[in-house]
Amino acid sequence: MSDITRTDVVIVGAGPVALFAVFELGLFDMRCHLIDILDRPGGQCAELYPEKPIYDIPGYPVIGAQELIDRLLEQISPFKPGFSFNRMVTSLERLEDGGFRLATDEDEIFEAKVVVIAAGGGSFQPKRPPIPGIEAYEAKSVRYAVRRMEELRGHDVVIVGGGDSALDWTLNLQPVARRVTLVHRRPDFRAAPDTVNKMLALRDAGALDLVVGQVSALEGESGELRSIVVKGADVDTSVPCTRLLPFFGLTMKLGPVAEWGLDLHENQIPVDTEKFQTSEPGIFAIGDINWYPGKLKLILSGFHEAALMAQAAKHVVSPKERIVFQYTTSSTSLHKKLGVPD
Amino acid sequence: MTKLTYIAHDGTRFDVEAENGSTVMENAIRNAVPGIEAECGGACACATCHVYVDEAWMPAVGEPEAMEEDMLDFAYEVRPNSRLSCQIKVRDELDGLVVTVPERQG
Repeated sequence: MSDITRTDVVIVGAGPVALFAVFELGLFDMRCHLIDILDRPGGQCAELYPEKPIYDIPGYPVIGAQELIDRLLEQISPFKPGFSFNRMVTSLERLEDGGFRLATDEDEIFEAKVVVIAAGGGSFQPKRPPIPGIEAYEAKSVRYAVRRMEELRGHDVVIVGGGDSALDWTLNLQPVARRVTLVHRRPDFRAAPDTVNKMLALRDAGALDLVVGQVSALEGESGELRSIVVKGADVDTSVPCTRLLPFFGLTMKLGPVAEWGLDLHENQIPVDTEKFQTSEPGIFAIGDINWYPGKLKLILSGFHEAALMAQAAKHVVSPKERIVFQYTTSSTSLHKKLGVPD
Repeated sequence: MTKLTYIAHDGTRFDVEAENGSTVMENAIRNAVPGIEAECGGACACATCHVYVDEAWMPAVGEPEAMEEDMLDFAYEVRPNSRLSCQIKVRDELDGLVVTVPERQG
């Protein structure tokens, strides 16, 4: 078994509300470790709309989503949170001492006294393309990510998409696969121009195929693909295919959170509005993933939830300590924690 | 107010009055038109508010911009008259616009 990372609070997610929770928890001396499925902090702000303006963050008439994340990271830097990216928390269980053990899909173990679920809309996962009957082939012939290139050696690989993932894998797998065919619905690509040019050069040299159109049907049996049909503007083309790699972007799924024994309300986690605690004492849920009467999925509501949650979390982490309410403006002890010069 | 008509996949018509400046997606959500999901809330970051613009209205609606075209790659059964409804702003020239909701969103 791998080493265990021990901390006061594990936060599942690293979006804006998760980041601000580090601040509120930090004011009460709780150390935090954040785990997120994306490769960087920011959640939806970073993944879906980094350049989009937000108009309802108090004090900012307008702020870009990525800029908000950058400011939050600056704000929480005195508390030195730990981050683990590209990880999905797969299991959460209660320990005998009342704390919690969490495991990730990379087989890491974390132990914490408190768990805060700030996972927004759930985990970002590859989107299943809208091809009829694809589910039947997912176990054997369809890959949404390439773990090892070797397992595609000698296959008729069809890659679907026009972004960087699709083009990068087209180039990487071209020498490995028996044949690589790239399928995209239009002749223009989102991917980096350099990659697109390399792909076109290989196509011109006869080293791979490019088919413009949309995958309309899959052919095979017992979960093993044999070929696919691409519907073009004029004709339908049948393409040999034993491995299909669709790159249709990311979507949000609740994921393993649903299996942690928490009460759920339409894919959200019900909490009380005093502590933002779930049906399991010591497990809190804040931000878009929680539900209570009147819930609004706003970043500013998540910030408020983080502040109240931190008070309750402190009672769990340090049950004997009396909590003194203080303002960051005037408290010298809070100034010390924030690194404010005397 | 500008009149919009949504035709759901089962053929049901939804005639709505829309304010200029709002988007075709927002009016679909406001009027509970089935089949428009708008997962990202109108940021042109998903492809779940996909509609087919009635052929007669295509010149008035216009062509998608590059970012929307990129997002349409993720939609189901994209046709030449496909648009993301969050990227169509309601305006006087679109009075009477008819859009059809696809069988499913991407």
